[in-house]
Amino acid sequence: MKPPNFEYLAPRTLDEAVAALAQHGGRAKVLAGGQSLIPLLNFRLAQPDLLVDINHLTQLDYVREWDAGLALGSLTRQHVVESSPIIRVRCPVLAEACHLIGHLPIRHRGTLGGNLAHADPASELPALMLALDAELDLTSQGGRRTLPAERFFTGPLQTAIQPGELLTEVRIPGLLPRTGGAFVEVTRRSGDYALVGVAAIITLNELGRCQRARVALCGVGPTPMRAQDAEQVLLSEVVSGNVLAEAAQRSADATEPSSDVHASAAFRRKLTRYTARQAIELAAQRATGA
Amino acid sequence: MTMIQNISIRLSVNGIQHELAVPPRRLLVDLLRHDIGLTGTHVGCEHGVCGTCTVLVDGESARSCLMLAVQADGAEILTVEGLAQADRLHPLQEAFREAQGLQCGFCTPGMLLISYELLQHNPAPTDDEIREAISANLCRCTGYQGIIEAVQLAATRQAVAAVH
Repeated sequence: MKPPNFEYLAPRTLDEAVAALAQHGGRAKVLAGGQSLIPLLNFRLAQPDLLVDINHLTQLDYVREWDAGLALGSLTRQHVVESSPIIRVRCPVLAEACHLIGHLPIRHRGTLGGNLAHADPASELPALMLALDAELDLTSQGGRRTLPAERFFTGPLQTAIQPGELLTEVRIPGLLPRTGGAFVEVTRRSGDYALVGVAAIITLNELGRCQRARVALCGVGPTPMRAQDAEQVLLSEVVSGNVLAEAAQRSADATEPSSDVHASAAFRRKLTRYTARQAIELAAQRATGA
Repeated sequence: MTMIQNISIRLSVNGIQHELAVPPRRLLVDLLRHDIGLTGTHVGCEHGVCGTCTVLVDGESARSCLMLAVQADGAEILTVEGLAQADRLHPLQEAFREAQGLQCGFCTPGMLLISYELLQHNPAPTDDEIREAISANLCRCTGYQGIIEAVQLAATRQAVAAVH
C-alpha cells in the first residue's frame, strides 16, 4: 500500500527538531533512514500525524574518537559504519555486525540511530550495543540524558525514548588490550533478520584466560539480552573445551524464543547453542591476536 | 482533518531537472512513475524486500519505495531509463539480453541498477561478489545464474574496452 497522510517537517537544526517533537509528542515520528519506518507506513502499521525528517541534521552524522572508544552520531549511515577505517581499527566487530544488516541499498540509507530506536528484537546492533556496554544520548528541549544500552531496550520495538526525545549520539567505550569481538548469526537468506544472532566480546589476561566476557543475543527474546550466566562460566578460564560448551549451553538457556513461520522455539534455542559457541570461540581467537 | 500542503521539490532524474509539488506521502517510486512518467522503475513489494524499485540516489543504490519523494529534493536520481544512450543499450543491458539475464523482466530494472553500481566500484567482480550484490534483489523466473553470467559478460567487455 501507500503511506497514510501526514504532515512533514524537515528541520535544519537540532533545536527545531526537538521543538517539533516537544510540540507534537506521541503524535510525531522521527524519520531517519526510513528503512523500517516507511515499510510500517506503507503497511499502515504506523499512522503518525507528523513526520520529523532529521536527514538535514548533518551535525548528527559523524564518527569520532572518544577516549579510546568511539562516539557516533545517530544519523550515521550503516554503510558508513561498516566501512569506516577508524571503526575497523577500534571496534571491528561493529563493522562486522553492521555488514549483516539487510543489503547495501538498505545500509546506504539506514542509520545507526534509526536501527537502535526501532529496537527490533531480531536486529543485530541492539544486541551488540549491550555487549559493548554502549551508552546512548537522548536529547530533548529540556536537555540531554544518557542511558546505558542495558536500560534502553524495554520491549519488542520499544525503547526508553520518551515523546519529545531524539536519540543523538551513541558512545562505545574503548576495548581493553587482548580483547576480541565477534558477531555471528543464522539467517534463512542473506540479509534477512537473524533467527538468532550472538555478539561476543572476550578479553583475555596475560596468561590467556578470560578476564572479561560479554555475550549478548538477538532474535531469541522480546528484547536483545545479555547471557550473563554464560559470561560467568567463562571468567578466569581458558576459552575452550568444556568451558566453551557450557557457555554455549548457558547462552541457549538464557533465551526466551518464540515459534513462528521461520523457526520453532526449540530450533532457535538449539541454534543459539551452536551460534554462541562459534561467536565466543571466534572472539577469544581474535583476542589472542589483539 | 486539516488539508496537507503539497511541498515543492527540485530534483534531477537521468540528467533532466524537474520541479514539482508533491504531497509528503508520495513515495519516490510513485513520483518517478506517476508524476514524471518513467515507468521503467517497477513497484513490487513496497516494503524494501524485492529490490525491483532500486534506483541510484546521488550515486548510491536505494529502494525508491522506502524513500519519500520530498526526501529526494536536490538529489540526482538515475533510473533504468538513464542507462541507454540515445538508441544504444547500455553494455549491461546488452549483456542481460545476450546471456538471458531476464525472462519476464519485472526484476530487471533493479537488477540492472544494482549491477551498474557494483561495476562502478568493482569493475572485475567475482561470482560471489555479484551474488552478494544482487542478493538485495529478487528474481522469481529466470533464476540468478543468467544474471550473474550477464554481469560477468558486461564486466569482461568493459575491461576489453578499457584496454583498446
